[in-house]
Amino acid sequence: MLEVKDLRVSIEDKEILKGLSLSVRAGEVHAIMGPNGSGKSTLARAIAGHPSYTVTGGSIRYDGQDLLALAPDERARAGVFLAFQYPVDIPGVGNSYFLRAALNEVRKHRGQRELDAMEFLDLIKGKIKELDMDPELLKRPVNEGFSGGEKKRNEILQMTLLEPKLALLDETDSGLDIDALRIVADGVNRLRNPQRAIVVVTHYQRLLNYIVPDYVHVLVEGRVVKSGGKELALQLEAQGYDWVKPQTVAAH
Amino acid sequence: MKGTDVLLDQDYKYGFVTDIETDTIPAGLNEDIVRLISRKKNEPAFMLEWRLKAYQRWLTMTEPAWQRVHYPQINFNDVVYYSAPKKKGDGPKSLDEVDPELLRTYEKLGIPLQEQKMLAGVAVDAVFDSVSVATTFKKKLEDAGVIFCSFSEAIQKHPDLIKKYMGSVVPHSDNFYAALNAAVFSDGSFVYIPKGVRCPMELSTYFRINAADTGQFERTLIVADEGSYVSYLEGCTAPKRDKNQLHAAVVELVALGNAEIRYATVQNWYAGDKQGKGGIYNFVTKRGKCAGAHSKISWTQVETGSAITWKYPGVILQGDYSTGEFYSVALTNNYQQADTGTKMLHIGKHTKSTIVSKGISARFGENTYRGLVKVSPKAEGARNYTQCDSLLIGDRCIANTFPYIEVDNHSARVEHEATTSKISEEQLFYCQQRGLSAENAVSMIISGFCKEVFNKLPMEFAVEANKLLGVSLEGSVG
Ligand SMILES: Nc1ncnc2c1ncn2[C@@H]1O[C@H](COP(=O)(O)OP(=O)(O)OP(=O)(O)O)[C@@H](O)[C@H]1O
Ligand SMILES: [Mg+2]
Repeated sequence: MLEVKDLRVSIEDKEILKGLSLSVRAGEVHAIMGPNGSGKSTLARAIAGHPSYTVTGGSIRYDGQDLLALAPDERARAGVFLAFQYPVDIPGVGNSYFLRAALNEVRKHRGQRELDAMEFLDLIKGKIKELDMDPELLKRPVNEGFSGGEKKRNEILQMTLLEPKLALLDETDSGLDIDALRIVADGVNRLRNPQRAIVVVTHYQRLLNYIVPDYVHVLVEGRVVKSGGKELALQLEAQGYDWVKPQTVAAH
Repeated sequence: MKGTDVLLDQDYKYGFVTDIETDTIPAGLNEDIVRLISRKKNEPAFMLEWRLKAYQRWLTMTEPAWQRVHYPQINFNDVVYYSAPKKKGDGPKSLDEVDPELLRTYEKLGIPLQEQKMLAGVAVDAVFDSVSVATTFKKKLEDAGVIFCSFSEAIQKHPDLIKKYMGSVVPHSDNFYAALNAAVFSDGSFVYIPKGVRCPMELSTYFRINAADTGQFERTLIVADEGSYVSYLEGCTAPKRDKNQLHAAVVELVALGNAEIRYATVQNWYAGDKQGKGGIYNFVTKRGKCAGAHSKISWTQVETGSAITWKYPGVILQGDYSTGEFYSVALTNNYQQADTGTKMLHIGKHTKSTIVSKGISARFGENTYRGLVKVSPKAEGARNYTQCDSLLIGDRCIANTFPYIEVDNHSARVEHEATTSKISEEQLFYCQQRGLSAENAVSMIISGFCKEVFNKLPMEFAVEANKLLGVSLEGSVG
C-alpha cells in the first residue's frame, strides 16, 4: 500500500531524511520509534505533503500511484490521514463545522452523498461517545483552548470519521492520561482491517501493548537503522537507543 | 501558498452592464447643474435652497489629504451628476410598471423585486444610478405605520420630517464630500419608524451603479422615534469599467429615546482589475446620533469591493446611557485600498461603545484602521472597548492601525486591543490534510477570523457575506 524508497527530505536546505525506505502492506500496523529529532515527524509530514518539506530524492508510492505528484488535499482525499503531533488552532471555525466540511470533501471524492447538518450530528454523536469526549468540544473553534489530551482525541475523532486507508499517527499517545490512552487505542483498533494500514510514531512501548504492531522500525538520523517484530519495542524500552545507533555499532 | 491564488483571482460576477435608455445630463458641476437636478426632481424650494447653500460651501472647501489612500486628482467637471433610466410618464406606481430590463438586472444580482420571489421578511428599495426604481412591501410597512420610500418621494410626501432631520447629523458643511453630496445628491432611501413600533421586517436598499462616468450621490436618512426598532441593510455593486467612478454617499441615523437602529452594509462595488485599473472610489460619510437616553445605534459593515474605501461610520452618543457599536470587516486584495474605522463621541453620561474591526489584506492591498474615541468632560462613566485585528495574506500587503483616543473625563474607561496575524502554512496544511482544497481552507480560516462581525449581520446576509469574502479573495493565496 505504501512504498517509500530511498527518500531524501530537506527542510530549509538541511537534509533530515537521508535515504529512507519503508514498505507497508494493507492490513499491517507498523510502529516507528527513534530518538528526538531523528526525523519521524518529517517522514509522516512528507508523506502527507507538507509544503515546507522538500523531497530531494527517492519516491513514495501509495495505492499504485506516485504520491509525490499529488497536492496535500488530494492525498488526504485519496485516503492518507495524518494525526498531528501538534494540532493547530483555527480561531473562529467551529469544530463541528470543520469536521463536516472535511467529511463531505472526502465523501464527494468517494462518490458518496454529502451529509447535511442533522445527519452529520447523528453520526458524530456516536463517535464522540466512543471516544468518551465532551460534546462541548464540537461547538468550540477547532483545537482552540483544547487541552493537550483533548487535541489528540480530536485527531482520532477525525480519523474515525474520515476512515482513511493509510493512517499516520504521530505521537498520538503523548499527552494522554492512562484511561484516554486505552480509549484512543481502542478507537484505532476498531479501524484495523485487512484493507487499511496504520503507521504509529511513538516513544513508548506502553501504546504498543494496546495497538500491537506487526513491525517495529527504529529511525536514527534520517534512516531506518533497525526493523523487527513487536519484541523490538520491548528491547528498546529496556536498553534505549544507543545499541542501535550507527556509531555505537561501528565502535564494537 | 498556492491555493490562495486561485481564491484571490475569482471573477467579479456583478460586472455586467444593463442596456437601458437613460436620461443623462451633461458632465460638469456648476450652479445650473444643481438647479437642474432639483428641477428634474420637481423639488420644493427649501430643497433647492439647501442644495445651493451646500454648493456654495463646497466651493470654498478643499479635498482632504490626511487619509492613507492614493489616487489621481479627481476632476469634478468630468463627472456626470445625474443619470436615470428613462421612464414613461410619472414613473412606476407599482412593480408591474417597472421596466422589465431593470427587474431582470436585480434578479441577476440576486435581488428579485417581485415580492413573491423575495426573501420573506426583507423589504427592498432599489436604487439604480441616480434614482430609486422600486420599493417593495410598501403596503405591509404602511400598515405598521413605517415609512420606507425613496428620498425623493419623502421630500414630496414628508417634507416636515425631511426638514427636521436632514442635515441634523451630517450638516451640509460637514466635509468636502458631504457638501458635494448635499449639493447634487439625486436619491436614496428614507425610513421613519413611529413611536414604539418594532419594524415588522428587515429593510434594505440595494445600490447599483450602471451608467459610465456617472457618480452616485445618494442620501439615506433613518429616523427611529422613541422606543422603536429597525434593522436595515444596504448592498452595492457596479459594472466593471476601466475608469474609476465616484460614489460619495451620506447616511444619517437618528435614534430617539430607547430606540434602536442596526445598520449593516455589504459593500461590493467593482474593485478594479488585478493591475489596479478601474473600480469605484467609495468616499462616504455615515453618522448616527443617539439623541435620546438609552438609545442604541449599531453599524456593521463588510467592505470587500471598491478600488478605494474611505469611511468612518460613527455615533454621537448624546443621550445618557446610549450605546454605539461598530463591527467591521474590510478586505483589500490586489491594489485595493481601505482607510476605514469609526468615530465614537461620548457626550452623555454612562454612554458605551464597542468597536470590533477586522482588516484583511492580500497581495498589494493596503488596509488602514482609523478610529476616534472621544470622551467629553460631561460623559461621566463612559466606556469604550476597541479591538482591531489584522490578517495578512502574503508579504507585500500592508495593515495599519491608527487609534485616536481623547478622554476628558476621569471616570471613563477606554480599552484598546490590537493584533496582527498571518494565515499560517501550518493551518493551511492542517485543513488540506483533512481533504479541504486550499481555497476552501483559506476562506474557512478567513470567515473564522471575521466571525464576531458576521454574527452581527442578519442571518440571510451572514451567509451572503461569507460567500462574498470567498469570491473577493479567490486566487490570492499564493
Ligand atoms: N522548520 C524547520 N527548520 C529547521 N529544522 C527543522 C524544521 N523542522 C524540523 N527541523 C529539524 O528536523 C529534525 C527532525 O525533526 P522531526 O520533527 O522529524 O523529529 P522527530 O523524530 O519527530 O522528533 P520528536 O521525537 O522530538 O518528535 C530536527 O532536528 C528538527 O529540529
Ligand atoms: Mg515528532
